[in-house]
Amino acid sequence: MTTVDTRWTVTVDRDACIGTGVCAGAAPRQIEIRAGKASALAPETAPDEAVIDAADMCPMSAITVRDAASGALLAPEE
Amino acid sequence: MTIDQEIRKYPFSEAPGIDIDPVYGLLRSTEPLARVQLPYGEVSWLATRYEDVKTVLTDPRFSRAAAQGKDQPRTREEMTYEGIIGLDPPDHTRLRKLAGKALTARRVNEMREGAQRIANEYVDEMIAKGSPGDLVELFALPYPITVICELLGVPFEDRAQFRIWTEGLTSTSEQLMVYAEQLFGYMGKLVAQRREQPTDDLLGALVKARDEGDRLTEQELLSIAGVGLLLTGVETVSTHIPNFVYALLTNPELMAQLRADRSLVPAAVEELLRMIPLNPAAMFPRYAVEDIELSGITVRAGEPVLVSLPGANRDPEIFDNPETFDFTREQNPHVAFGHGPHHCLGAQLARMELQVALHTVLDRFPELSLADGDAGVSWKSGQLVRGPNKLLVAW
Repeated sequence: MTTVDTRWTVTVDRDACIGTGVCAGAAPRQIEIRAGKASALAPETAPDEAVIDAADMCPMSAITVRDAASGALLAPEE
Repeated sequence: MTIDQEIRKYPFSEAPGIDIDPVYGLLRSTEPLARVQLPYGEVSWLATRYEDVKTVLTDPRFSRAAAQGKDQPRTREEMTYEGIIGLDPPDHTRLRKLAGKALTARRVNEMREGAQRIANEYVDEMIAKGSPGDLVELFALPYPITVICELLGVPFEDRAQFRIWTEGLTSTSEQLMVYAEQLFGYMGKLVAQRREQPTDDLLGALVKARDEGDRLTEQELLSIAGVGLLLTGVETVSTHIPNFVYALLTNPELMAQLRADRSLVPAAVEELLRMIPLNPAAMFPRYAVEDIELSGITVRAGEPVLVSLPGANRDPEIFDNPETFDFTREQNPHVAFGHGPHHCLGAQLARMELQVALHTVLDRFPELSLADGDAGVSWKSGQLVRGPNKLLVAW
């Protein structure tokens, strides 16, 4: 698989999310705050370090980034 | 219209106790983007509506980095190195990520037991000394200092000295610079120790990030660890504990409600955070990097905007009965910790410490009251935070 094809999924646990907006600050092209909670702008995204940062920085660990093809966990770091 | 607007002197009046100046409410409904002049710096906009406040804090067109080098609207003449709050993503992300890892909800929850033990120790001492006693001196100050010491990995035998520096830094003491220098020197020594013998505490993690990843400069390391975590981690909680206890003692129905249903404590902490500003006056202006409209008014590129968190937290568009304490709100999306990239890094730690503090006070003092009414309470003045610096209580 080439990197061109690689896609990541970004999911938000809306029960855990407390709407700090830290994620939207780190990854404004992929995540926004909608009705007080974080929301991915699209179910899949091209690889971008910013979404890894967003997931790592969420104080509630409410954001998960996975490789779309393999399902491997990319963030947050354990 | 924007040209004709009156320029108001800011900060507004210092309202008594835990109140805020009612002019915030007036502005929110009639002049949502006010023009204000602070003691120093250029004229600024002041946003008071919840939605505008959130926009300024999250929209990348409003920048903290662009404020650097400007004649920022401010309450103190000097402009100091701003550290992490002076950066925008992605530069900001690099610093934020490192310290943030130590302060996630999960990590903080692991610290809850330790915090409870520390809180109990200070209350034990307070009770041993006998009623009445100053809740600030005996509990609200030493408790968060000790929690931060454990988080940073400050050895037990150094804590007394550490407390002197911390209190010196958070007072208006003329010795401030001396204390700051001593504290920086001390932190430098702790850093050197961790270079020889790596540790698992937060300071150890920061040193590792500096040395292995080259992700921090030495100045950033000391600024985050020394002054950043101390000032923001101690002064905040030690001010809000007496603020919260004062609010409960002067609103006995709220105290009774909490005593009757302790599961309300987390919600009570959120509501107390919403209603009682740590700092009633706005700080850290954002500069517009292009023209942008807020509540129908165009903010021009290059103009600063301050946001009023207390204004937003009492916006009737968002909160029912916004001027009333209500521990049973279903939704409480307050912005007491800010919003967006600079949302308080220690918010989860602060919440935990405040919850533990309230539980401890409720548990250990079943009959708490103000010992001498308002005469036993004195308030900080001229500082960055507002709250009692003395709260004489009887039990």
